[in-house]
Parts: sequence; structure tokens; C-alpha cells
Amino acid sequence: MFSWFGKVSFVPYSKVADFAVHLKDGRLMGSVCKKCGYQTFPPRADCPECMSPDFSFKEYSGRGEIYTFTRTTAAPVGFEDIAPYTIIVVELEGGGRLVAWQGESLTEEDVRIGTKVQVVPRMWEKGEEIKVYYTVEKPGTTWHKAPAPHLG
Amino acid sequence: MARVGIIGAGHGKFGRRSDATVQELAFEAFRMAMEDAGIERGMLDASVIAAVPEYHKQRSVAGVVQEYLNLNPLPTWLTEVACASGSAALRTAWMAIQSGLHDVVAVIGCQKMTEMETAEILALMGRVGEVQWESVFGTTFPGYYAMFAQRHMHEFGTTHEQMLAVGVKNHHYGALNPNALFQKEITLAKALESEPVSSPFCVYDCCANADGAACLILACEEKAKSITDKVVWLDGVGCATASMSVLRRPDLVGLPSAQEAARRAYQMAGVTPRDIKVAEVHDCFTVAEIMAYEDLGFCKKGEGGHYIADRRSYIGGEVAVNVDGGLKSKGHPIGATGVSMAYEIVKQLRGECGKRQVPNAGVGLTHNVGGIGQYTFVHVFKRD
Repeated sequence: MFSWFGKVSFVPYSKVADFAVHLKDGRLMGSVCKKCGYQTFPPRADCPECMSPDFSFKEYSGRGEIYTFTRTTAAPVGFEDIAPYTIIVVELEGGGRLVAWQGESLTEEDVRIGTKVQVVPRMWEKGEEIKVYYTVEKPGTTWHKAPAPHLG
Repeated sequence: MARVGIIGAGHGKFGRRSDATVQELAFEAFRMAMEDAGIERGMLDASVIAAVPEYHKQRSVAGVVQEYLNLNPLPTWLTEVACASGSAALRTAWMAIQSGLHDVVAVIGCQKMTEMETAEILALMGRVGEVQWESVFGTTFPGYYAMFAQRHMHEFGTTHEQMLAVGVKNHHYGALNPNALFQKEITLAKALESEPVSSPFCVYDCCANADGAACLILACEEKAKSITDKVVWLDGVGCATASMSVLRRPDLVGLPSAQEAARRAYQMAGVTPRDIKVAEVHDCFTVAEIMAYEDLGFCKKGEGGHYIADRRSYIGGEVAVNVDGGLKSKGHPIGATGVSMAYEIVKQLRGECGKRQVPNAGVGLTHNVGGIGQYTFVHVFKRD
């Protein structure tokens, strides 16, 4: 199911594959180590601190601020059709950073280091295959969330 | 501790070498290095080959190089740490000699990159970013360094003009290097007009893919001294790593692996940044050279933009940096680059660089970065 995540999937498998299911349900998940409580985003199955392989998902608000960004004109294979596109690194509330695309609610002027933003889970509209990702939007942007997570 | 010396150096022409296979490129550099050392193949104990395998149609490239150089049945092995593969080869040759296993080792960096299309190379290079969480959004290699550049501009007021001044300098010297891909000067105005790649970078912020090879012959102290009187000593070998995901780095204004590798290399060689007269640094993108000035301690963090603007990295400044043209002008055949950097320092310390010779160059340094700073090798070289 991890093949759902992103435009081109390079690793369709992972011990945190349910991240993609949660994202489809509108939830952005990091991980917490069940043994020592180490929390991280993006999630990882195996704790880098105490080496415990037991983790649970933890929902992140998706609130954060722009840490850095770049507008990519020269796109790699599989991304030519959406170029040019702006990649934004968001520093998340709760710690950790993610890479995402600039969403439609943000103007070019909004894309500055330090701008407060909301990371919003998205589903690709076109095609039969499920594709999930997230975009960077203005604070207060809302989106559909499934009533309850499929998974614990 | 006994020392390891470089007794021979060879370097082929970098560029779009549609005339030659990877082993033929390797042969050019190897032949020159062996002639330079004045030794026969029977003196060699082993070879170390540096190349990034994904670019070659030939699988397991060390084998075809070893055969073509007629080095069978000597031992060989491949080193791969992305763009720092060449320095990793030098480091493992140094280790093999220091262990006493081998006395004389050939280090060959070779790469054929133009077997692939640019978009394919962009995709491949982008995947030196983390593929599970980042490449799925179409991150690219220039894009990552561009995001460092944005932070550097934000935190220190570095300008895009200062970054492009790195390219102007490197082309200035590359014009004097017959092995360089682009042997021509550029102006800041022309650089600013070039096509956008990934903001703030345009074409002239980026080094070019190339084919090419370079070779060094290393020997233990005793043999080095008996073979030649022009030995350049490899006295400091620093290496360090940082997270694959740049998102997990403490900041995006420098490379922690470079800072740590430099600290180790300086300590091992018993030198300080002030002793370095000539340096080859990894200018894959213009901001990378600016961060290198800082990470290597040539100036304080944040002052790199002024360092180039004030021409402190030109010959006649404080540390002459990339006077062979750097990756920017010389081209970047990734497996060969680290060996090519060391070649230039060897030639500089021997005083054989003609118009681009740095005066009084007694101590030199290479700074070779793999990927986006996941690996950095800093080597310190001395001439007695």
C-alpha cells in the first residue's frame, strides 16, 4: 500500500506502509516508540534511540512553517508533466520536516521561509490507481477526514 | 606512523567522450600515472577502482578496467559513495598500504556518464535524496542544493550574485586547464541570464556531467622514497557521514559531514586551515563551494559569500580554491572527481601547474562530497 504514496513510487513496501492508508483517510502520521517514547516524522518502524522494533502511529496537526523551498524547472523522469513545480520543506509543529508541493491557496509571495502553513492530505483525482500525497496550504485550510482510522 | 606517498599522477581529458569506453578512459589516466611514477606494472600490488555503477551499461566495472589495464591477477575492488567514490578509493588504498598488506597501489577513478539522457541522470541523481519520503515529490539534486542556497541567503544575506561569482572564478581557471570540459571564461552578466534550473539556481550554478578518468599511484614511505624524489604525502585522511535525508539535518547552511571530516584530517596531518595554500573543493553547485569555505574553516559560517566576493579564494588571496576549474568548469565524472581533485593538488605541490600555479604551495587539501553531504572526505597533502 505504500505504493499509494507520491507521484512515482520507488519503494512500494515498508513497515510503516499504513502511513499511506492514514493519509488517504486525511490523517498525517508520525511514529512513537512504544518502549522509550521517541517520536519522529516521517514515521519509522524501528527506534533509532533504543532500537525497539515496536511503534505506534501518532497523528500530526500538519501545522508548521516553511523551512526552505525551490521552484523546479528541470524535472526528473516521471515529473515532466507537472513542471515547473515548487517543492517546499515544512518544519512541523511537534517536530520533524516533510517535503511537499505548493498548494493552490499559496501565492508565489507566500512561499517564503518562515511563512505559517498547513499541510493538507490529498488524493490524486485522475486515474484508477490510488495516489496520495500532501500539499502546503494557507493556515485554516480544511479537508475531508474519514470518521475513524481504519487502523489503530 | 609511516607515511603514504603519491608517486605518480595521470589525468585524461574530461568531457563528452563519445570516442571512448570507460576502460579506455581509465587506460589514458593509468598510462600517464605509470609513466609519471616511472615504474612498471610488476611493481604494483593492487588497484582500487572508483566509479558509480548505475551509470554504466557494463556491470561490475572494476573487472573490465582491471582486464584492460592488464592488471590481472592483481587484487582490485570498487569503491562507491556517490560523488565521493574517488576519495573513498584513495582512502582504502591508504588503508591497504598502512596495514602492510600492499606496498604500491594504483587508484583509478573513472566514469562514463553520457551513456544516459539528462532527464534520466536527473532522476538517478535525485534518488541520492531519500526515496521513500522525498523523491516521490520529484526532488532533484540541484533542487536539494538550491534549498540549502535559500537557507544560506535567508540566514546570512548571501546573494545569488555571490554564488555565481564562484562559477566565474572557476571558469577563469578552467580556461587554463587543457583537461577541462569548458575551457572558457564566463561573465557574471551571462551567468545571470542563463536558464532557470531550480530556484535560485540557473544553469551556471550547476556543474556538468562528463566522462573522464584520473589515476594516482600510491606507495608506502620506504618504497615511495626509493622510487622518486617528488613524493607528495597523503598525511590526513578525514571522512564523516550525515543523514541520508537532508530533512533530518540540524540545519541546511552547511554539511556536518564536511565539518567533521575536516576536523579529523587537520588533526591527523597536524595542520590548521591557515596552513592550506591550495584547495580543491566540491563545487557541484555554486553554493556548495561557499559552504565549503565555511565548513573547512577558511572563514566563519555565514561569511562564504563575502569570501568569494572579496576574491579571497583566487590565486593571490588566502586559499586558492579550484584553480583547475573545479567541477563547474572541468566537468564532474562522478567516480573520477575525487581522484582528479587529488591529481591537481599533487601537481600544485610539485609546482607543475604553469599559468595556474599557486605560489609556495606546500600544503593542499581536497574536499570531496558524496551526494548531498551524506559522505564527505577531506584529505590533506604535503610536500617535504
